[in-house]
Amino acid sequence: MIRLFANANYDFIKWRRWAFSITGAIMLVGLAFLLTRGLNYSIEFTGGTLVQFEVAHKVPTSNIRAALDQVGLSGADIYNFGADTSYVVRARLGAEAAQGEAGTQAVADAVARALDQSVGAGQYRLARREAVGPKVGRELQSKALIAILVSFLVTLIYLAVRFEWRFGLAAVVATAHDVVATIAFISVMHLEVSLVVVGAVLTVVGYSLNDTIIIFDRVRENLRKYRRQNLYEILNLSINETLPRSVLTHGTTIATTLSLLVLAGEVIRPFAWVMSFGIFTGTFSSIYIAAPVLLWIEKRWPGEDARGARALGTRVPAGTEKFAPATPTSSPSPRTPQPTR
Amino acid sequence: MDKKIRGRLWVIAVLIAGSVASLIPRNTKQRVIDPASGRMKDTTVRRLPVNLGLDLQGGIHLALEVDQTKGPVPDCADAIQRAEKVVRTRIDEFGTTEPVVQIQGRCRLIVELAGEKDPARARGVIQRTAFLEFRITDMKGVFKDALPAIDAALRKAGIKPTGAATPSAVSQLFGGDTSKAARDSAADANAPGILSSLLNQRPQGVPGEYLVPEEQWPLVDSLLQRPDVQALIPRGFDLKWGAQTEAYGARPYRALYAVDSRPIITGEELIKATARRDPVTNQSVVPFQLSRRGARIFSQETARHIGDFMAIILDGRVQGEPPVIRSQIGANGQIEMGNKPLQEASDLALVLRAGALPAPLTIVDERSISATLGADSIHDGVLAGVVGILLVVVIMIGYYRVSGALAVAALTLYCLFTLAGLAAFGFTLTLPGLAGFVLSIGIAVDANVLIFERIREELVHGKSLRLAVDDGFLHAMNAIVDSNVSTILTALILYAVGTGPVQGFAITLIIGIIASMVSAIFVVKTMFLIWLNRRPNMVTLSI
Repeated sequence: MIRLFANANYDFIKWRRWAFSITGAIMLVGLAFLLTRGLNYSIEFTGGTLVQFEVAHKVPTSNIRAALDQVGLSGADIYNFGADTSYVVRARLGAEAAQGEAGTQAVADAVARALDQSVGAGQYRLARREAVGPKVGRELQSKALIAILVSFLVTLIYLAVRFEWRFGLAAVVATAHDVVATIAFISVMHLEVSLVVVGAVLTVVGYSLNDTIIIFDRVRENLRKYRRQNLYEILNLSINETLPRSVLTHGTTIATTLSLLVLAGEVIRPFAWVMSFGIFTGTFSSIYIAAPVLLWIEKRWPGEDARGARALGTRVPAGTEKFAPATPTSSPSPRTPQPTR
Repeated sequence: MDKKIRGRLWVIAVLIAGSVASLIPRNTKQRVIDPASGRMKDTTVRRLPVNLGLDLQGGIHLALEVDQTKGPVPDCADAIQRAEKVVRTRIDEFGTTEPVVQIQGRCRLIVELAGEKDPARARGVIQRTAFLEFRITDMKGVFKDALPAIDAALRKAGIKPTGAATPSAVSQLFGGDTSKAARDSAADANAPGILSSLLNQRPQGVPGEYLVPEEQWPLVDSLLQRPDVQALIPRGFDLKWGAQTEAYGARPYRALYAVDSRPIITGEELIKATARRDPVTNQSVVPFQLSRRGARIFSQETARHIGDFMAIILDGRVQGEPPVIRSQIGANGQIEMGNKPLQEASDLALVLRAGALPAPLTIVDERSISATLGADSIHDGVLAGVVGILLVVVIMIGYYRVSGALAVAALTLYCLFTLAGLAAFGFTLTLPGLAGFVLSIGIAVDANVLIFERIREELVHGKSLRLAVDDGFLHAMNAIVDSNVSTILTALILYAVGTGPVQGFAITLIIGIIASMVSAIFVVKTMFLIWLNRRPNMVTLSI
């Protein structure tokens, strides 16, 4: 049988400071983009009008632009969507004067007039038309925010019930890291933030959490199994033990998101980008955020249970009571503490 | 084969049978337009019972709210409820298969027309208030008598005549004078009224009809909207614009009508309306018929108004030239639409039959997607799905060999279960849903990966095959349940918050996770049990 990373024994946690610096640097870059350029919200959130149309032969964008200027839509964006015979005209709300609830409809009609002029009536095919009023946009914005916050809360509660609050907190910190990193990625890539992309971010939350839980589950098991090891070693052991699974699962998931990215078309591409990135950051955070944070929390607020009685330190600090009295374990297999085969 | 395995096989067989049964193409009733007669008829279509979302099928999604810009509507929930009934009646006749009309929240109406090819027409039919009324025009010229007072008020407010209607240089001279008193007195004497100069009456025209040059009508309309002018319009009269531009002489004009504020009858009493083309004038006309009660009122009123002109007002616009009432009119009448296409006439007949909306509706959200874009999305999504699945199959079989093949077999069951789940609960497959499905295939094998890795570990610890398999499944369970429950929780939140396509994504994810737990744990375990039973002397597991 093929075994990747079998009996791996890497000291993952040792590199945590490096990992923090790298991810911190990435986030700073993301933050800079976020502050200078902001997020590219779709009209679902801003309110506004989007018209996608297809033509048989390429039309100079400047012609369309000129026609849009004439009907008073100089603030509208024009870009190719997928194929170069497919165009999107997008006018966000607020960029144009005198737009109300009914205004987005009027803008859509104005775009149609501009197209009749520049491309010629009947020379183009409308593929998509969206007109979102400001009220709906505002509602969606708050809904999306609530969704992310509620999902954090629910996760924290679930993990607190299933594990313990320390694990839950560490997992939520890791997940929050993923959300921030993903938003930074979205900002740097200038991806359009639609509701589907928010859905992708939430899926990344679920996926990353899933990954963290797999490792934590192993940590929980190993904590019961090896009562004499400190948390630092247990974390490393657990990450190493779950490494083959991580490689396999992330491999298959990446395979599917990449095929979505390449093949599934323009509409779903931002979703696929976010998911692909999310798999990386989710994997990274499970190892380098969740585990070190758990270590830190445990050091800060030592648990009262058997776990708390053991030494926690980074490198087995001298003078600490290392061999805490431990109750007999119910471990199914007698096994040497460190996988040093 | 022992009893335990047989029981498991039965469960799997039932699951497969149930899934296949819910996916068998079946006959569904659809209302479609009969091209021969132009009417709606029921047909049965045999198709897969999976609903496709608007983004895959093409179609139009509208969210409508009560228009509050022209005066507040006190009880929007009630208005929307009544509007829902009207819109549903209209849509049912409109010719879309499986339309969705539902109230969202308190005051919002959602209309979804899958496969609709003409969004503009659909918008028109849904949004049209279709409030029909018949009013007698200003026969005695009461409004005309009020014009000088209105002109004076406008002058006082400092409105100067502009554009083509600019009167003589004399008034401009006086208009430029800084002395207010001098301007007022002089203007009264010399300058023609600002408003009255823009309103022209035809000789022998309809009483109460005024023609405004087409390019001036926005100006006139804005003048008429002023509160000081509104206060001076004689009580008991309203001003209504004509629906269309009329050519009079060489110039295009828009007609303005002074009409009674009290309608003699409204569209509520209308029971029948059709569309046809008048063979003589070649105009599109909508003949209609009133209810018995309506006919009684109508004949009483028209008897009192013989010789008067009657404006037919639809949604505040006068349709055509008001006809003169020659004799008592009974139950039948018709609306003339000039040279508008017959399609418009039949749409008007449709909305008149369905009744008026209780309040005007405004579109707050619109998404329309063409069927071809939807078809492209399906094609691309399915292609991505197939490639994704193939990659997963290659990875799994390449790495886990026979066990991987078992997982792949379970994966086909997973696809079957997920699709069946979507079909059985009547959920809609959207493009994000399709992406979620493809993604969930990658995630679905996670349970098997966890189990297989666990079995390998147990084998490394020197356990027997049988024990290693049992323990592998047992020990992997915790992690699988915890991780899947947390994903389901986030998907539930997504479902609660999202709309349309995103809900489709969440549903697909949830069903996918449940299906993957069934197939990866239960089905694969059964396969392992059979495998181990068949080869009791097997020493190494192909894993």
